[in-house]
Amino acid sequence: MSSHHESILREPLVTGENITYSKVTEDILVPVENKPNKAWWIGFIVSALGAGLWVFSVSWTFWFGIGEWGLNKTVGWAWDITGFVWWVGIGHAGTLISAVLLLFRQNWRNSINRSAEAMTIFAVICAATYIISHMGRPWLFTWALPLPNQFGSLWVNFNSPLVWDVFAISTYFSVSLVFWYTGLLPDIATIRDRAVGTRRRVYSILSFGWNGSVKTWQRFELVSLILAGVSTPLVLSVHTIVSMDFATSLVPGWHTTIFPPYFVAGAIFSGFAMVQTLLLITRKVMNFENYITMFHIESMNKIIILTGSIVGVAYLTELFIAWYSGVEYEQYAFLNRVSGPYWWAYWIMMTCNVISPQLFWFKKIRTSIALSWLLSIVVNIGMWFERFVIIVTSLHRDYLPSSWVMFYPSWVDVGVFIGSIGVFFTLFLLFLRVLPAIAMAEVKLLLKSSSDQAKKKLIAEKAVDSGEAEYYLESLEKYDSVSPKVAEFQKV
Amino acid sequence: MSNIKYILGHFEDPDDLMHGIDKLQENSVSIYDVYTPMPIHGIEDKLGIKRSRLGKVAFGFGLTGTITAISMITYMLVIDWPMNIGGKPHFAFPDFIPIMFELTVLFAAFGMVGTYFFANHLAPGRAPRVMDLRATNDRFVIAIDARTNTSHDQIDNILKEAGAVEIKHNERKYVSYE
Repeated sequence: MSSHHESILREPLVTGENITYSKVTEDILVPVENKPNKAWWIGFIVSALGAGLWVFSVSWTFWFGIGEWGLNKTVGWAWDITGFVWWVGIGHAGTLISAVLLLFRQNWRNSINRSAEAMTIFAVICAATYIISHMGRPWLFTWALPLPNQFGSLWVNFNSPLVWDVFAISTYFSVSLVFWYTGLLPDIATIRDRAVGTRRRVYSILSFGWNGSVKTWQRFELVSLILAGVSTPLVLSVHTIVSMDFATSLVPGWHTTIFPPYFVAGAIFSGFAMVQTLLLITRKVMNFENYITMFHIESMNKIIILTGSIVGVAYLTELFIAWYSGVEYEQYAFLNRVSGPYWWAYWIMMTCNVISPQLFWFKKIRTSIALSWLLSIVVNIGMWFERFVIIVTSLHRDYLPSSWVMFYPSWVDVGVFIGSIGVFFTLFLLFLRVLPAIAMAEVKLLLKSSSDQAKKKLIAEKAVDSGEAEYYLESLEKYDSVSPKVAEFQKV
Repeated sequence: MSNIKYILGHFEDPDDLMHGIDKLQENSVSIYDVYTPMPIHGIEDKLGIKRSRLGKVAFGFGLTGTITAISMITYMLVIDWPMNIGGKPHFAFPDFIPIMFELTVLFAAFGMVGTYFFANHLAPGRAPRVMDLRATNDRFVIAIDARTNTSHDQIDNILKEAGAVEIKHNERKYVSYE
């Protein structure tokens, strides 16, 4: 119930004074209802240039073929699949935040789920474009689908993980889109009812006629819960299947049973890093400090340490099992990763993914915005190198030493990769302009129970234990959005 | 009497709204509907709204997806064009599980959300049936049919006592129609 007060010991999820229901709406809709500021335009122009580079590089690939990439007869997968796995992994945090944290009743998800889900959708779009463009003859992509054809019909091979992946990624994308859009309906209705003229008509169409009646909300909540329930195993299955693209092959370094959990942990790790990268900037530029608080930042950093450590254990396990298996091919593959010609890529991966996230054990570091942002970028770089190491170092020295080669990316490889980042940011910045970046209805739910003002009111009323109240006030010290008045409050 | 169609009681606080519902029900005033900017937990029980059956719908659609996947794969790989892949069985059930799972999720999600949209008349371009424009923003609104509940002054008083900040007598049902 809305009158339920949660424990005073829990840190607030909404800060600021005089936060009312209408203030939540006003604050969150500022970027949607006003002209964009300079920071947005600069970001948008840079991203759009990147997206332009993507269009050019992908068109070049389509026109001249994938021979324009740096691939050779030994290394048939390189930056393309690295980019694909990297983007799919990034997408996973959105579903984790919106679905898994909903099932675990983690209320702090309420203010970050919307933008994280948007990030999921845009990241999966980037991943899908890699799949299409690496096909060589992309106009024949329908051959990956079980459609009747003139060859028999010759069906796709359902025993192949690549076919599973087609189903997994398309299901993941469409279900995430439905989950995201259903959640958006009440907020679009809010924009609609505040707008006039053409804007109103546009948002009216987008709102599907939402009116917020009891029955609509009742079913909405059940739909959200069940979608979360089906999305949770879905997100695990997607990266499991992505890892099976490698694990079911007979290539040393790929053919390991540890891959599914290791890939899923890595996906969550990189996804949370990307959420951190995006939200730390968004909260600053859009003035969302009261809704995306230090508690949110710290919680995400804790998930980054956890998943980063799981990834670290997986790396070490791989090394150990390679040695312990006694299989010389497996042993060589890992020796080659650690000390072969790509040793630098391996050690960048190790440093960025395993060593540097451990800095988050220090509270000073995990509650510092600048350092959190910097480390989130480091994790993004590290996770890109992880996929590069897995893919290229396993392939470039295969079973036949006469075909051992190095992989050198061409400018098209680089253009597609940098360009895909441009596409991602272009979509994300457009999203920030036209749709509310924070789920307003869900934040309103927190106002009476989990906001700083509600808790301070309880303290002022002496409704809570004074020792607990003191603990609460101390926990506010790390918040950059709580005014220095706290100190005065403490004296009272 | 008058041509007032609906009486709307505006509340600023969900707890006041719940109190208002109690008071109205004590006085046997029937409530047409309640419009809120966020879900209010416990309101369904108060208003006697039955549990949603969408969970069963989702299960049914999910099962349809599982059956679709296994029948499709079995038809294609076992019946229509069996392929000899390393002498392994055509009906390689473990290999079929990933796609059976994916289609289960796909059908369950789309089927359930489609049913939800259908049941609540949610569709792109549908004219919003909104009684008060602030009900999607910061007001919790109880709507009372003014023609079946004729003692308007009494209703106004009940709402006011329960903490309503504004009471509207609307001559049109939906203000969103222009």
